[in-house]
Amino acid sequence: MNKPKVAFFDFACCEGCQLQITNMGETLLDLLGIVDVVEFREAMSEKWDGEYDIAIIEGSITTTHAVELIKKIRDRSKILIAYGSCATIGGVNGMKNNFKLKDIRKEVYGEDYQYFDTIKTRAVHQVVKVDYFVHGCPVYIPEFLKVMKAALAGLPYQVPDYSVCVECKLNENVCMYDRGLTCLGPITRAGCNSWCINNNNICYGCRGMVSNPNEKGAKDVIKKYNIPMAMIINKMNMYNKCRELDEDKDE
Amino acid sequence: MSKRTVNVNVEYLTRVEGHGNIVVNVKEGILEKCELQIVEAPRFFEGMLQGRSIFEAQHITSRICGICSCGHTLASIQAAEEAIGFIPSKQTLELRKYLLHMENLDSHILHIYLLVAPDLLGVKSFVPLIQSHNQVVRLALKMKKACNDVCDILVGRHIHPISAIVGGFTKLPREKDLDAMLKILYDMRSGMDTTVELASGLKFPVFERETEYVALLSDDAEYPMLQGDVGSSDGKRVNKYEYKKVTNEFIVPHSSAKHARWHRESYAVGALARFNLNATKLHPKAKEVANTLNMKPKVTNPYLNTVAQLIECVHSLEDSIRILEDFKRKKINYNEEIIVGLNEQNRIKVKAGTGVGAVEVPRGILFHCYEVDEKGIITKANCIIPTSQNVNNIERDMKKLVPEILHKSDEDITLSLEMLVRAYDPCISCSAHFLNVKYVNR
Repeated sequence: MNKPKVAFFDFACCEGCQLQITNMGETLLDLLGIVDVVEFREAMSEKWDGEYDIAIIEGSITTTHAVELIKKIRDRSKILIAYGSCATIGGVNGMKNNFKLKDIRKEVYGEDYQYFDTIKTRAVHQVVKVDYFVHGCPVYIPEFLKVMKAALAGLPYQVPDYSVCVECKLNENVCMYDRGLTCLGPITRAGCNSWCINNNNICYGCRGMVSNPNEKGAKDVIKKYNIPMAMIINKMNMYNKCRELDEDKDE
Repeated sequence: MSKRTVNVNVEYLTRVEGHGNIVVNVKEGILEKCELQIVEAPRFFEGMLQGRSIFEAQHITSRICGICSCGHTLASIQAAEEAIGFIPSKQTLELRKYLLHMENLDSHILHIYLLVAPDLLGVKSFVPLIQSHNQVVRLALKMKKACNDVCDILVGRHIHPISAIVGGFTKLPREKDLDAMLKILYDMRSGMDTTVELASGLKFPVFERETEYVALLSDDAEYPMLQGDVGSSDGKRVNKYEYKKVTNEFIVPHSSAKHARWHRESYAVGALARFNLNATKLHPKAKEVANTLNMKPKVTNPYLNTVAQLIECVHSLEDSIRILEDFKRKKINYNEEIIVGLNEQNRIKVKAGTGVGAVEVPRGILFHCYEVDEKGIITKANCIIPTSQNVNNIERDMKKLVPEILHKSDEDITLSLEMLVRAYDPCISCSAHFLNVKYVNR
């Protein structure tokens, strides 16, 4: 039997999520034993012009060229996986949408800014259909392997839709709010095993929001600890600014 | 002299970080066009930082690049702390130096084994090597994983480290963590010996071009990575706050990475530049390896940057072991563990100011500069990435190289150019994101 053909592509991103693959160590050789990686520009020069069984997409869509390219990749792919926050929710690239495009382009590139094509940052599913999501900045490899297994078996993968707090409690961390700090754990999707809080940092919301956040509970917490709303919104926008493009679509 | 017409057109150069193209046109033996086009989508980090808390700067800028996220973290923290007037403790600085060594080691191993070795062994990637050189691939992946495991212990993870922040570390390694990291590093020594043996058997292309080399310089005996002035092989030295006098950035239309030049038409940063300026300060074991590999400053063959990286790997490994053994003796002061968040409790004092971070990351000297207001909100940010500084120098190398290899086949010319660019280990996400080779005519 032919091994499934897998390809990696990257758009606006830091390529750290692809790098997580090379950080798997010898487990990578096991993965390479069951799939045929036909394109992976960061690590390989091989190219493939056929159909992809699985295309793994890193990065956000931020140029007109990228829009064309992702559509072509979608057409050639049986399964498309959005991989990492930039791809799944726009991630840090979304912060660009806080500014007027012309202003931020001038700020970084000066008067010659028009040399550099850029459009509003979008997550991959805001341009083409996405079959699986691997959230996180960077992705959490144990979750990536779960998604790969599901994709290869043709089964759905359910991203946890409860908050990071659930995992955080299981890890017996002291709540950041009780330590006098604001944390986005209560409204952020779990699945990362509360990676940052385990290391005494706060949650920045890189996996995106749960679909049905406990708004009332969050308001109570914000009130109890006297946290300025503007601060929470600003924090949310670090990773989740592109969310408003989803909301626009619903209207 | 060949009257050939050659067009090289490499779109999306592979085995480099980010998107770049090489375009070379030679018409009847005359070089008409020779460009390294950086076509990475611009990401506007400097703009996005405006209005954000200085305590978020590290978190955001580490996302500029996955390969050198620890390097960005350290440059960002240095700039942020200097901007708000915070002075880190000695312990913090030692741990940061150690983190930087791990970053260097990890990145260099990735580059040497997975990105460069396939060219030298005549294959397209490390994948065919799994069959032909299985033990070597396993060794490479094992060493890479070792660096990663150390970073997991030290800062939560290697890509986008969690616990290294403005002010220090949110989590400090416990006694058992020190032991675990030391064990990993001791085990790595034999892998390093094997790597040096393998490298001494490799043949690199012959090519020379005199250029200016720029790296950190210091007066103490330490091989400067985290702190120092900015120095040049042309004998100049300036304070890091004068970094703009060094980089003199300018925009060229074919590249979303800005270009740089100092005393000459271009300059180079990275392992080879550091080696050329500071080789006498390397760990004795690294010096031995340099001797074995016949590397003596000043080396002007850019392909040998990969060899300089290997020498630095030995240095970073040995100096890391020294730092950890010191901590075993002195013990870590856990009172320095800090939990800051966005500093909403004002645990760290903040004032308005400007700060510059200048740190030697795997690909060369990295500058971050922030201006903050009295509340610690960023009003201006500037990041100058090693690859941006190198792009101009790479183009000059290409311009000298192409006429020297015109007798070769198109495929070989393309490969030589790709290898040249790869030797610099460009990080295109960083510089905007960059690499592809396009030829147009010989």
